[in-house]
Amino acid sequence: MQFMLLFSRQGKLRLQKWYVPLSDKEKKKITRELVQTVLARKPKMCSFLEWRDLKIVYKRYASLYFCCATEDQDNELITLEIIHRYVELLDKYFGSVCELDIIFNFEKAYFILDEFLLGGEAQETSKKNVLKAIEQADLLQEVSTLSVTSELHSNNLATIQNTLANA
Amino acid sequence: MPAPIRLRELIRTIRTARTQAEEREMIQKECAAIRSSFREEDNTYRCRNVAKLLYMHMLGYPAHFGQLECLKLIASQKFTDKRIGYLGAMLLLDERQDVHLLMTNCIKNDLNHSTQYVQGLALCTLGCMGSSEMCRDLAGEVEKLLKTSNSYLRKKAALCAVHVIRKVPELMEMFLPATKNLLSEKNHGVLHTSVVLLTEMCERSPDMLSHFRKLVPQLVRILKNLIMSGYSPEHDVSGISDPFLQVRILRLLRILGKGDDDSSEAMNDILAQVATNTETSKNVGNAILYETVLTIMDIKSESGLRVLAINILGRFLLNNDKNIRYVALTSLLKTVQTDHNAVQRHRSTIVDCLKDLDVSIKRRAMELSFALVNGNNIRGMMKELLYFLDSCDPDFKADCASGIFLAAEKYAPSKRWHIDTIMRVLTTAGSYVRDDSVPNLIQLITNSVEMHAYTVQRLYKALLDDISQQPLVQVASWCIGEYGDLLVSGQCEEEEPIQVSEDEVLDVLEGLLVSNLSTPVTRGYSLTAIMKLSTRFTCVPKRMSRIKKVVSIYGSSIDVELQQRAVEYNALFKKYDHMRPALLERMPIMEKTGTNGPAEIVQTNGETESTILDTKHLPSITQPASQANDLLDLLGGNDVVPVIQTTVPTKPASAGGELLDLLGDLSLTGGPTPTPAPSVPMSQPPFLLDGLTSQPLFNDIAAVIPPMTAYNKNGLKIEFTFERSNPNPNVAVITIHATNSTEADMTEFVFQAAVPKTFQLQLLSPSSNVVPALNQGSVTQVIRVLNPQKQQLRMRIKLTYTHKGSPVQDLAEVNNFPPQSWQ
Repeated sequence: MQFMLLFSRQGKLRLQKWYVPLSDKEKKKITRELVQTVLARKPKMCSFLEWRDLKIVYKRYASLYFCCATEDQDNELITLEIIHRYVELLDKYFGSVCELDIIFNFEKAYFILDEFLLGGEAQETSKKNVLKAIEQADLLQEVSTLSVTSELHSNNLATIQNTLANA
Repeated sequence: MPAPIRLRELIRTIRTARTQAEEREMIQKECAAIRSSFREEDNTYRCRNVAKLLYMHMLGYPAHFGQLECLKLIASQKFTDKRIGYLGAMLLLDERQDVHLLMTNCIKNDLNHSTQYVQGLALCTLGCMGSSEMCRDLAGEVEKLLKTSNSYLRKKAALCAVHVIRKVPELMEMFLPATKNLLSEKNHGVLHTSVVLLTEMCERSPDMLSHFRKLVPQLVRILKNLIMSGYSPEHDVSGISDPFLQVRILRLLRILGKGDDDSSEAMNDILAQVATNTETSKNVGNAILYETVLTIMDIKSESGLRVLAINILGRFLLNNDKNIRYVALTSLLKTVQTDHNAVQRHRSTIVDCLKDLDVSIKRRAMELSFALVNGNNIRGMMKELLYFLDSCDPDFKADCASGIFLAAEKYAPSKRWHIDTIMRVLTTAGSYVRDDSVPNLIQLITNSVEMHAYTVQRLYKALLDDISQQPLVQVASWCIGEYGDLLVSGQCEEEEPIQVSEDEVLDVLEGLLVSNLSTPVTRGYSLTAIMKLSTRFTCVPKRMSRIKKVVSIYGSSIDVELQQRAVEYNALFKKYDHMRPALLERMPIMEKTGTNGPAEIVQTNGETESTILDTKHLPSITQPASQANDLLDLLGGNDVVPVIQTTVPTKPASAGGELLDLLGDLSLTGGPTPTPAPSVPMSQPPFLLDGLTSQPLFNDIAAVIPPMTAYNKNGLKIEFTFERSNPNPNVAVITIHATNSTEADMTEFVFQAAVPKTFQLQLLSPSSNVVPALNQGSVTQVIRVLNPQKQQLRMRIKLTYTHKGSPVQDLAEVNNFPPQSWQ
């Protein structure tokens, strides 16, 4: 997969994950064009379209479009399954996910995506395992937030200075 | 300083903005706050601020000032900071900027962190956006993690390795040892990512591919277990066990089995099993079947299996789900070349897909239909395709029209059918056809001698209906000009002949000339057609004066092309009236040599026309010598006919132009030949004269390629003289004459030459290797240069000789070849 975009029916971007290096300007251009193209499709049309030299696989869930750009040799039908799996993960995590959840918790949506896909490929095919990992990571986050002490604070400074000096 | 607002708070606030301007204002205010917070090196809230910045970035606002802050977050010890920091890095940092390299050390540390979730973050970031430099630095760490027993990390390391290999292919070797027991893992995540890694390696290196072929039995076993094993809740999707893994394994098997008999045989059984046992009611099942079909078609499978695969695709075509139909059409397109007959069986279903509402499906169906057309089904298929052409979107019409022309040309059952088909295309999609279809069609028509009357009649009727479609109008005008006599004589056999008078025909043609709908090219065609009719129609004075009037009006047309034509035709009436019938005679049959490339067709027209004219005797024009001389003078007046070196004419609509050029060289203007029709093969003027005067004229003209001095230094002078080799016009025969004006002989004289790659050179033996002093003699040597692409001739020469006891060597470039030597 080269990139995944989530956008609303009005064309507002809700999530963008790029697996290829492109400049900000290029990303914006691609996003704009692709959003326009997909939004122009009628509801009964098939989920695949050829765009530039990529295969675009998209599916609409309620008010959100999930759009992936895959390469020539990728299996479009399984990409649809990947999209569906991601939606299921979000659903399980947020409990009946809706667009607002993704808007207000976009960073969590990213974290979930990053536990499911890496470099554009699925890293874990078990729903349970992905959710477990997210749960553990969330727990770790809670713990580290709760234990903010001055000691930790000064440690941070030292580490940063160190790192920047070595870089 | 009050605490910066929370992320959710910000999101809520921004969403209340009612206008773009209001939103921008809020964003700017918040950005300013964030910026000052960053300046104050506030560690506590850095994470929150960066998160807000990321939100604003998603809305489209600039956020580059947060890049360094992301780095600071990554370096922090808090997991929250790291999480947001890495996310920010992936969103904001760009591998083109050097800033991203500062991450390298942090990632290295985090790859060795004690907490696996931190290691995971680092692997994820590296695998997502690591640049080649970063990958080079950190590949070792990734390789280490690939060997760990922690499956959580191992699977991430595998995909990270894939990214490293993509960025720095040379590092692939490094990961080879670690792949040894990847497939013996039980963990599906590791299995899946391992298969991806193996696939990447096999795709990139044939050595790796042969090395990994031995894994085929293991892969087959894993796949078998997935299918045969009972319900596994963890990996189940609609009753199928881990479809993602199944699909990846099938894809790897495809790569391993391609071109290899043993591997292909080893997987035959499992492929058949998957193909027959997979549940097809849901998309998942079909995804696996799709991958299976692709694999079967690519490896060396037995024919039974291949038929099974095509039948699966045939079933897909009947599926209600559009996506499945689309995928089936795509796959059939890939296999139609190799398994043509099997695909033919599904032809009717494919043709039905032409009527589908979905654009992507229609396009695929159209491409596939063209691939399936053959001599047997041409009539039926063409009916469907023409119907499709009528009703399809404009985007399709050009491609469809081209496809129809090609198919008609290959498989037309009869000439009449062919002409009817083309006419149908021109009338329904006339404005979308490619430019080269006009000359193609004209050539086709001239070749169908018995259909001339029928054709011109049909075209005339079409013109009466509609003059807006230019290609149709152009072909029609040309035909009327050529076969106008057949039209008015009412000779048509194929259908009911119509009664048309000469004046009516002229009315129509004149109508084209004045119509706003006609392009300049079309007008050119019409004018020439009217001119031709002056000989085709009976010579009634009233009609002649009418034609003359039209012609002279356009003599002052603003359009240069029309003006030129009109002036020339006028001249034809005035000074050369005796030649007019001969010049305007019926066109000979044009031979078709190559395929339908526009350039080729136009060149063919030019060249064959010339050669045919050459051999055909222009009858009954025995010119009194004086008049021939007049023409000679004309040519003499033109002197060095300017060389228009246009190798590939891009305006192929000059089929009419070709005609013009034949006539055009009688022009009194003596200026450069017309630029709008740039395809003037140099040899035409002489050929025209050939039929009227005697043959040698051409040769004389061609033979007069002036000699040139290629080299003149230190007393050694080398001259080139040219001859065109008659059997092969692409070969230029150059004779070098080396003379020596110094007092001493030049002995051991060796002449060497080199030419650019597109030429071929043959050096024959020299007459001697001593160039006598004081110009007492010369050394001659013959060079033959083959110049198939008729490019400008350039040569580099090397001269070695001994003069007065000392060896001399010199290199020189020769660029001043006269154009006639290489055209």
